[in-house]
Amino acid sequence: MNKRFSCVLAVGFLMFCPPTWAELVVEITKGQADAIPIAIVPFSSPEAGSFDVAKLVSDDLARSGRFKATDRKDMIEQPHAGAGISFDDWRRLNNDYMVVGQVQTLGQDRYNITFELYNVLTRQRLLGFQISANKPGLRLASHQVADMVFEKILGIRGAFATRIAYISVLGALPHKDYRLIVADADGENPHVVMESGEPLMSPAWSPDGQKLAYVSFENRLPSVYVQVLKTGERQRVSARAGVNQAPAWSPDGKKLALTLSTRDGNLDIYVLDFATQALTRITDDPGIDTEPQWSKDGQNLYFTSDRAGGPQIYRVGADGGDKPRRLTFQGSYNARPRLSPDESQLAFVTQEDGGYRIATMDLRGRGDVQVLTKGHFDVSPSFAPNGAEIIYASRDRGRGVLALVSADGRVQERLVSSEGELQEPAWAPF
Amino acid sequence: MKRIVSIALLMVGAVLLSGCPKKHNVIEPPTAGTQVPGSSSTTPGEGASTSGRALDSDAAAQGANGMNATTGPLSKRVIYFDFDKSEIKPEFAVVVSVHARNLTSHPNLHMKLEGNTDERGTREYNIGLGERRAQAVRRALMLQGVAESQLTTVSFGAERPAVEGDDEAAWAQNRRVELVYAP
Repeated sequence: MNKRFSCVLAVGFLMFCPPTWAELVVEITKGQADAIPIAIVPFSSPEAGSFDVAKLVSDDLARSGRFKATDRKDMIEQPHAGAGISFDDWRRLNNDYMVVGQVQTLGQDRYNITFELYNVLTRQRLLGFQISANKPGLRLASHQVADMVFEKILGIRGAFATRIAYISVLGALPHKDYRLIVADADGENPHVVMESGEPLMSPAWSPDGQKLAYVSFENRLPSVYVQVLKTGERQRVSARAGVNQAPAWSPDGKKLALTLSTRDGNLDIYVLDFATQALTRITDDPGIDTEPQWSKDGQNLYFTSDRAGGPQIYRVGADGGDKPRRLTFQGSYNARPRLSPDESQLAFVTQEDGGYRIATMDLRGRGDVQVLTKGHFDVSPSFAPNGAEIIYASRDRGRGVLALVSADGRVQERLVSSEGELQEPAWAPF
Repeated sequence: MKRIVSIALLMVGAVLLSGCPKKHNVIEPPTAGTQVPGSSSTTPGEGASTSGRALDSDAAAQGANGMNATTGPLSKRVIYFDFDKSEIKPEFAVVVSVHARNLTSHPNLHMKLEGNTDERGTREYNIGLGERRAQAVRRALMLQGVAESQLTTVSFGAERPAVEGDDEAAWAQNRRVELVYAP
């Protein structure tokens, strides 16, 4: 434990350095039997070897588990506009929908993506759209195409053009390198936002998606920081004696719920008002109270407490006035609540058959609990902003990986990185 | 009597140390005759009083206040816990009392208690469990006379494992409180 590697640096999010670490690869581990067949025909493009829009759209839709993308080698022709489509042929190949399009150069690093979505059965044009982008923006524009197709067919807003934050741990004991990374929702385009020789934890997106709050143990003590992604500028918002953990933004972005401790180590939930710096104690119990999460209206906080023995999930008014109400009763370990965007479901970690798994509770009906995963170390659930999927941290052959499960449990995927332990994914807002 | 002897030994150690600053790296490994402290004795200095050789190496190794002890009871600085528990097991009572005595006899010394858990469970809840373990050690030290101002706690939860691995052998080594001296 002599001279620990304690390099600590904040890196601006939009720096132009190419990422030097491995990107994530998606493996679908459990598909949906009734996935909708769709053909994304390769787009015509002005330059050979230019960005493959259709492939990215196809990958996005397939990754959702709700679509089955037709293989390119099964396409007998490759039209780029509606006029060129022989619908009967595409129907014979069992496609319900198809997307055709073109990429055009506008000069000066400017491109136009034009695409159309057709219902192959009715031959109806469902969408016709044009998006312009510069070269680095083509990836984002392609995710936006996938979002529009997803929403048109399913009636659910797509979340392909969103981002995730997560922690990556590299190196072997005792010299580990902890990185806070922001990447596209498909794991591509990763950027290191913060790097440290001491642990980084609990990234939390501000409601506007511009900042991250997180816990850093630089100097071997925990502090909560808020970092602006665009500039890399960061501010230490809590470095009180004892524990400074589990930051959670209020829906209006003006307050932060967090876990602090008294001198004798009692963890409770507090709310910090950024403008006034006023600190309000929300819970007061000798047990561990932690992992707060706000309701959308800012009126309530969901949190974990072991006041009744093992950890269970409770809800309390965000002014701290009332007595916390216990929400989970099934099983001896229920922790780290996360609300779905429409607040119809609560995702959390539950213990089942000795393993830690992701479960959801129905908040509108009778409180039914559904365990969605089958792993032994499934933790840190975070809802996609459209509520369709939950990203979480899992373990694959002894390695920390990120995984996805649809909110109904029918589709499961792993995001596999070739290096590092991946932890604590947090899905950014729209 | 024993206490006087150990204080005397510590003083000699201090003299030796001040005579050769920054020479910790020349300490010879303890020979068979010098290993008394680690065997059955629980009090620092007590075992060392049986041998002049032990005096040299122990005093130099531990410094005047045991902060840098690499041998002997003061070198034991990790307390291990059972799963989901924060009670100090009987076999670690000795570790607590040895350090309590060292801290009470050196009121200028400070100790940081670093609580850790195994990897199972949620990360933030594990921070709470690690803190609970660190607090259990803090309370035990204070019960034996250590001043509150000498002690601080920190919890790393499951974030700083001592060993890698996802089996009970690894977990058992990771559920721990590390006792870290600071001047």
